[in-house]
Amino acid sequence: MYGLTLGFQNKVLIMNGSITADDKASAKKQHSEFRKKCQSVIKKTKAFFDGNPPAIIGGFLITVILLGALFAPVFASHNPEKRVARPHVAPNAEHIMGTTRSGRDVYSQVLYGARKTLSVAFFAGIIAMSIAVAVGVTSGYLGGKVDEWMNFVTNVFLVFPQLPLLIVLAAFLGQVGSFVITILLGVTAWPWGARVIRSQTLALRNNEFIIAAEVMGESKIRIILVEILPNLVSIVFGGFLGTVIYAMGAEAALGFLGLGDATEVSWGSMLYWAQVSSSLYTGAWWEMLVPAIALALTGGALALINMAIDQVSNPKLKTGPHLKLWKKMNKETQKRRGLV
Amino acid sequence: MKKALLEINNLCVDYVSPNGIARAVNNVSLTIAPGETLGIAGESGCGKSTLAFAIARLHKAPALISEGEILYEGRDVLKMSDKALRNFRWNEVSIVFQSAMNSLNPVITIGEQLTDVIIAHKRISLKEANKKAVELLGIVGLHGDRLKSFPHQLSGGMRQRVVIAIALALEPKLIIMDEPTTALDVVVEREILNELYDLKEKFGFSILFISHDLSLMGEIADRIGVMYAGKMIEIGDAKTVFSNPSHPYTKGLISSFPTIHGPKTRLYGIPGDPVDLLRLPGGCNFHPRCNDCTDVCVKDEPKLLKRNVDYEVACHNI
Repeated sequence: MYGLTLGFQNKVLIMNGSITADDKASAKKQHSEFRKKCQSVIKKTKAFFDGNPPAIIGGFLITVILLGALFAPVFASHNPEKRVARPHVAPNAEHIMGTTRSGRDVYSQVLYGARKTLSVAFFAGIIAMSIAVAVGVTSGYLGGKVDEWMNFVTNVFLVFPQLPLLIVLAAFLGQVGSFVITILLGVTAWPWGARVIRSQTLALRNNEFIIAAEVMGESKIRIILVEILPNLVSIVFGGFLGTVIYAMGAEAALGFLGLGDATEVSWGSMLYWAQVSSSLYTGAWWEMLVPAIALALTGGALALINMAIDQVSNPKLKTGPHLKLWKKMNKETQKRRGLV
Repeated sequence: MKKALLEINNLCVDYVSPNGIARAVNNVSLTIAPGETLGIAGESGCGKSTLAFAIARLHKAPALISEGEILYEGRDVLKMSDKALRNFRWNEVSIVFQSAMNSLNPVITIGEQLTDVIIAHKRISLKEANKKAVELLGIVGLHGDRLKSFPHQLSGGMRQRVVIAIALALEPKLIIMDEPTTALDVVVEREILNELYDLKEKFGFSILFISHDLSLMGEIADRIGVMYAGKMIEIGDAKTVFSNPSHPYTKGLISSFPTIHGPKTRLYGIPGDPVDLLRLPGGCNFHPRCNDCTDVCVKDEPKLLKRNVDYEVACHNI
């Protein structure tokens, strides 16, 4: 209907001899297409959250955390790197999460620390997953010698205990900044994802549609990018979130061990300073607990979102609002048959 | 008439989907006598397989057997406890599935898969079970040496035979065959069905044969039921349904394939598409595709009425 009126308008405008008519109409068309796209995105988002409690809880938590990190300068009450009160002040109206041994505001530090920790985790996740996809798909699809070698390297990386490896690397490089830690995490966290993606690619490779693509003469690159990759999206995304959770934990662990840059404010370095000042012994629980809880909540939120994506992208998992209806109906029929 | 082996009364099966509830089997009643072959025909999505699954109570969410009863020798399958149900399946009723080729596990030898069934239900030693397995393979026309083969080493027809052998393993009284020969060529199909018939003479089991191939059905079934949109629209002895059908849908089905004997006539298909179970047309479900549609058909749903000794049909225009 809309297209029809548009066509009509188009004709009228052309008859008027206006040069900009075509442009205007096409702009309008683009606009309506854009609106339709937006509507479908909103619809899909709604369907994603509908009857999916992990998605609702995880989405809410991660939104709060991300907003806190993004608008840290707005929400923070003090400068996180300045001494603003006496050491180890218990939570009160002015310092709602107390202060550290060195008199810094814990609430503001947690907000600013989220920026560092989350960006390290996020970029490490991107690096790791990019390597994992590249290695996994190539070795899975190409097979033969390439697969042999790539699989060998993957296995070597896989059998190394990752945290000790990280510790050795970080210690070797001295007290390193968050940028180096991001790269370190990225290049050590990929093998698990690569293996999963490789095995999935192996399963996909023998499907008829891949063989058909080969027969049609598609290039290897096109087959990998257009035929195989879209089938791996949910696995890649799941792996990405898993890697982000892992990278966040590893970053905190490195920071906690004092291998990160202790002058930067991150959740890891907060934990480090809390440990150094033996805050738990002196009764200043807030200094240790606040970053720890922040880490746990973020990890939990990401895990919940991962679960939610799995439920939506895997229709065989049997979840969703209609199954609640099924359960209700099943109960009723069982009752009618006198079984319950 | 002999006492029924299986009696289904007003069975309804629903699929609870995100878009609504689709009733795939709607108020179906039928009986199968001992030693009888009942054929169920109908197009894809009309509820044939759903009905077959319901008999062995194989449905899982989102499918739900919401109404009716399935009486096997007087016992209601839908009220059985899990233990009784486990005992009932395969001992009393076995199933040959639609994709029989996929019902064999590719990494286990067929011998193991055969003996598995026997040992799970009977208290006999592995040696005896093996002997029985060889015997079963012989029955379906395969050599006993094949026990050590893996499914991929067999051809499609051979695999189908193995599946039938497994279905026969416990000598059940009813075998449900859900399009057992759809994936096979006609020659193999013929061979297997002939064998099946010899076996039936020998063991005396009943068969519920589900297929969309009416010509096949006309040959092998004692009685034929035709389903449309989850409803039984015509059921009766094979001769009447096959050569003298009265429901326009059955007529359409029969006139859409050529006869081998007799004069060449023009073939007529059935216009339109199968109904969407979520949006039933109301009245007679077939009326949008029916050539003889009248006002009554749009308004009222026809009931399955007895027209003859063993012949029922649901149509207003008869």
